[in-house]
Amino acid sequence: MTTVAMAADARHEAADRARTGIHIDNVTHSYGARASGRGVVALNRICLDIADGEFHALLGPSGCGKSTLLYLIGGFLPIQEGAIVTTNGPVTQPGPDRAIVFQNFALFPWKTVKQNVLYGLRKQGLKGEDAEERARDYINLVHLSGFEDAYPSQLSGGMQQRAAIARTLAVDPKTLLMDEPFGALDAQTRRVMQEELRAIWGRSRKTVVFVTHDVQEAVFLADRISIMSSRPGRIEHVIDVSLPRDRGEDTLEDREFIHLSEQIWRLVREQAVAATRGR
Amino acid sequence: MPRAGTGTGGINMLLDISRGALRYSPIAILLIVWELLGATGLISRQMLPGLGEIFGELVAAVVSGDLLYNCARSLMRAGSGLLCAVVVGIVAGLLMASFRPLRLLINPIVQIFYPMPKSALIPVVMIWLGLGDASKILLIFLGCLLPVVVGTYNGARGINPFMIWSARSLGASKLEVIHEIVLPGAMPEILNGVRTALAFSFILMVSSEFLIATDGVGYMISSLGDGGIYPAMFAVIFFVAGIGFLADRIYAAFARRQLAWREA
Repeated sequence: MTTVAMAADARHEAADRARTGIHIDNVTHSYGARASGRGVVALNRICLDIADGEFHALLGPSGCGKSTLLYLIGGFLPIQEGAIVTTNGPVTQPGPDRAIVFQNFALFPWKTVKQNVLYGLRKQGLKGEDAEERARDYINLVHLSGFEDAYPSQLSGGMQQRAAIARTLAVDPKTLLMDEPFGALDAQTRRVMQEELRAIWGRSRKTVVFVTHDVQEAVFLADRISIMSSRPGRIEHVIDVSLPRDRGEDTLEDREFIHLSEQIWRLVREQAVAATRGR
Repeated sequence: MPRAGTGTGGINMLLDISRGALRYSPIAILLIVWELLGATGLISRQMLPGLGEIFGELVAAVVSGDLLYNCARSLMRAGSGLLCAVVVGIVAGLLMASFRPLRLLINPIVQIFYPMPKSALIPVVMIWLGLGDASKILLIFLGCLLPVVVGTYNGARGINPFMIWSARSLGASKLEVIHEIVLPGAMPEILNGVRTALAFSFILMVSSEFLIATDGVGYMISSLGDGGIYPAMFAVIFFVAGIGFLADRIYAAFARRQLAWREA
């Protein structure tokens, strides 16, 4: 059977299962000259089901392909082998059902905060006062009221990331993709943003796929964590986080949280050590 | 007594003007040296006429309408060529940055023609289009085109790719991304390229009119020079220099306004 036919088959199978959530079926991805065999295999036969409304963290050392997997779900990279199916069908290109937040914010610097948020809303066909009102709501939600007319260059890193989150949430995506969104922020701001994200997620019940290399961040935020290894990128463990749904400052002192963080930290370190030894 | 508000406004304006005067004071030094060289006889008045005489010729040329007519003719040529170059250059630069086959096709051509002095094409455009306006407009277009193409291309290629992905995931189509994200994102470099093109348009406007024209400021300069009427010739040269300077300042102010988001 040819690769194309196999991929088509895999798509059909995955589509049958895909009523809700995200289904990643046997996805392999390489960078560089694949045909000549000199390419780097970034992801190797990844299978993962993410349930509707789940907060899922992809955790691993740098180079494990966790961002690549996120970009494939987002439809930003072409799927070479395997299939990814969401409620809206197989992923073939980017779409507002899977909106993304990047580490470096990627705000449009020539637009004000409000214009940035309005951009996505206009793309959804919202116009006039409806769009303005919705933009105001989401700017409120991320505590940026009063900064509607500020340009990104006038804002701190934390505020820029809030603006980027508002822009992404405003299009009401079914799935929220987050690529180390708090990686560029200082420790205090990061903590505040994590709590706020968890709170926003608790209210909106969106599916979130969150890429991070920070163990505590993953445990604090996620319902389930995929621990990935590098070269080639694989999912080694999928861990359930059995912490209460409402999480806040107290969670960090919770014995279960500390225990789980240590356990996951050991698993991640194994992967990191193996990677440096170039197994 | 003026009200406080208008009072401080007036003072601020005076401050601005005096700051500007201070910045350009080296020009005054140059003019003083010019006068001294002539007055002491180090350089003959024939070659370096007195500033008073030049100014008198300038006033006469403006009053007679001669200078303004020729200047309008020249600016029409420069403006047409530049405008075409800006439009074609931005479109070409964006397409090159967005589509690989076009990039592979156009890039080597740009690299070969970029360093070539465009005034070398004056005889060529004359053969193609004759002695009228079209040959000069084509020359100015060709000379201004590459700075705009290269500026746009570099600006568009330098855009943070995550910005493009963000727009796509917010629902923008590939085509919408080009004019809604790539174009404004490349704007700083586009504006720089156009500024270079603006200077080129003046250079090519004058140099092409030296050789193939019956009007325009370049034609005035060369015919007054040929006739040995140097004070009048210098008057036109000063006038053209002033117009060029003014055009650049106006353009720079326009560009600053466009990029206000960067300075915040």
